[in-house]
Amino acid sequence: MTTNRRDFLKIAGASALTLITPSILNPLWAKETVRIPGQDFTPAKALAAKRWAMVVEPAKCPEGCTDCTAACHAVHNVPNFGNPKDEVKWIWTEPFAAVFPGENHRYQGQSLQKMRLPVLCNHCENPPCVRVCPTKATFRRPDGIVMMDYHRCIGCRLCMAGCPYGARSMNYRDPRPFIARFNPDFPTRTKGVVEKCNFCEERLAKGIMPACVLACKEKALTFGDAENSRSEVRLAIDKRFSLPRRAGLGTAPQVYYIL
Amino acid sequence: MKNKKWGLIILGLAIFVIAVTFPFWHGIGKSKPVPVLSLDTPLIAAMQNKKCVEDKAFMRANHMKMLNTWRDEAVREGHRLYTTKDGRVFEKSLTGTCIQCHSNKEQFCDRCHNYVGAKPSCFDCHVIPGEVKK
Amino acid sequence: MLEKALKGNHGYWIWIAGLLVIITIGIFFYMRQLDYGLGVTGMSRDVSWGLYIAQFTFLVGIAASAVMLVLPYYLHDYKAFGKITVLGEFLAVAAVVMCILFVFVDLGQPARVMNVLLYPQPTSILFWDMVVLSGYLLINIVTGWVILSCTRNEIPPPAWVKPLIYLSIPWAVSIHTVTAFIYAGLPGRDFWLTAIMAPRFLASAFASGPALLIVLCLILKRFGGFDAGAKAIGALAKIVTYALAVSIFLVGVEVFTVFYSGLPEHEASFIYMFAGLHGHHNLAPWMWTSAVLAFAALGALIVPAVRRREGWLALACIAVFISLWIEKGLGLVITGFIPSSLGAVTEYAPTGTEIAIVLGIWSIGFLILTLFYKIFATVRSGLDSTTNGSAANGKC
Repeated sequence: MTTNRRDFLKIAGASALTLITPSILNPLWAKETVRIPGQDFTPAKALAAKRWAMVVEPAKCPEGCTDCTAACHAVHNVPNFGNPKDEVKWIWTEPFAAVFPGENHRYQGQSLQKMRLPVLCNHCENPPCVRVCPTKATFRRPDGIVMMDYHRCIGCRLCMAGCPYGARSMNYRDPRPFIARFNPDFPTRTKGVVEKCNFCEERLAKGIMPACVLACKEKALTFGDAENSRSEVRLAIDKRFSLPRRAGLGTAPQVYYIL
Repeated sequence: MKNKKWGLIILGLAIFVIAVTFPFWHGIGKSKPVPVLSLDTPLIAAMQNKKCVEDKAFMRANHMKMLNTWRDEAVREGHRLYTTKDGRVFEKSLTGTCIQCHSNKEQFCDRCHNYVGAKPSCFDCHVIPGEVKK
Repeated sequence: MLEKALKGNHGYWIWIAGLLVIITIGIFFYMRQLDYGLGVTGMSRDVSWGLYIAQFTFLVGIAASAVMLVLPYYLHDYKAFGKITVLGEFLAVAAVVMCILFVFVDLGQPARVMNVLLYPQPTSILFWDMVVLSGYLLINIVTGWVILSCTRNEIPPPAWVKPLIYLSIPWAVSIHTVTAFIYAGLPGRDFWLTAIMAPRFLASAFASGPALLIVLCLILKRFGGFDAGAKAIGALAKIVTYALAVSIFLVGVEVFTVFYSGLPEHEASFIYMFAGLHGHHNLAPWMWTSAVLAFAALGALIVPAVRRREGWLALACIAVFISLWIEKGLGLVITGFIPSSLGAVTEYAPTGTEIAIVLGIWSIGFLILTLFYKIFATVRSGLDSTTNGSAANGKC
């Protein structure tokens, strides 16, 4: 992905601004220039769901746009190693043929062939990565999010072998020198652990939507509770054909693409 | 006991004993002062009621266990809120709670850790706000 | 008996010194890996397992092959194997130690390895692999040592050793089946998702392990003064021949299924292996070498006259070993990741650091093997020089 520093800072700034949303809602808190933990601490109402899911409408993505990637990587201190070998990425775009190899054919329309679709961890309902992890470092929460516990991961990479979607990245080196700008409110990772998208669970706990969803100016990403028939995601897929990736594998991914 | 190798055996034993008792005789005569921790940070200075999550004695003895428990409860179980013994509520977060006030890692955390030779790997990942580079 | 490993001739000590040098170099490079991270290897986001796991996979097979000596002797009273079952058991010990070391150096956070036991996950095959490998190591150390000690003292082994030896037979099959299950249970990797993975593993294990054993016995004959006997070597050679034939057949069966059905996702990996994909053909020369060596070795071993000539037999066995090392190590593990889940072809080539660490661990294995076999050779030559060697053949 190529982006210039100006755009990157714009996105990062815009994403960082979303973090003060609770203080806008709570005027008492907003008055403090310095937030002292524990004092006047009104915990924000966490967002809850029975099954978190995402709907992606790649037709809305402008050509060459990387807003979702930039936002996610800025908020989560994702390093940029600058080479595809060590690359770490949580959300990025891939061509249609790579995302839906089973659904592609030679005469597929040009617009679809040239389209770049955002791909990320699908937070499957039946995740092979969770099944194979020897230490339960990756585990599935009751609300559907497949979590990573970076403290427990031994870096065996069986989860990377098990993931059918190539969603996971290994820190083959120390990531800290390669983080352009630290977000002090989120930890970095260390070398030797595997990482991936976490559906912004730390933001959901504070009542904020995921960074990629908020950063997308075209509203191509919708996020919500798939079990709630009146949620945005359900409304989005209700009347149109939606497709999860490699549906036949039985992993039951929770990221749905509307093509 | 007449044994041609007796000299070597004694030498070997002497080297072993010296090596094994190294920690005891190495620092004899020298004393290292007990570290004094600095609480001089902007947030602590601004606090009306200067109270940590728990009292000093408890924290000195238990902060490691407490942080481990917080880690498992916050990450693995999603229970992010900690209620202190006197009813205050904090977020269970090293970065988001402890380090906000104790932002002077070198004058606070490191002083005791260096003194006792503890090397916690927490700071490999958990960023310090003042240390933000670039 | 350990002191027997400390007496040797010039050549023995030069060999040991050489191994220690390679081990030290390997340790030095491992320190570099600990410092920098696994990025010092050739592994990437797409090919996340490389030479280390490839060696682990191959060596689990070698470890399992001890059963090919134990089963005929203890279950079917095939007396010719009586003297050499301990050789199989010691080979298993060396191989399992290497397996454990290869997994260890492959971990991104090796300090946390105990997490596998502290927070066990029974649905994870890697967890079970750790369990069965540790058990197998224990069984083989105990039985090998006890049998050899009893042989040396010319007393029958204690009664409790026999059930342990019987246990090692299904256990050997289990270690390799469990390792195959690590690969065969992943829904996203078409190249590995085949029921034939476990039988393939076992067949190639029973070809490469005994092949190595034959070569080791011939070395022992030349340098260690111990003759396993033409009957034992001949039987082992037959085992290698049949196992190799089955192994080649199973690969052939896979090739048929993939290419006759024509499923592009399945075909892609095989095409990469033998012809290359999108201009990437790193692995093709290796795979063709492996294929040629395998067929040549099979052609040679089928002829009984060849099996009886030690020089040709040794050559054929070395060919089998190298061929299966390529096929099971490099071919199987790397190709599973090519093409990637997103259809990309990212090639893998090991780095110098990686190779140094691999050689270091192989040297550790050979060191263990040398020490054990030296003890064995000394004990046996001590026995064979007395007239009553037959009473100490270990049959309990």
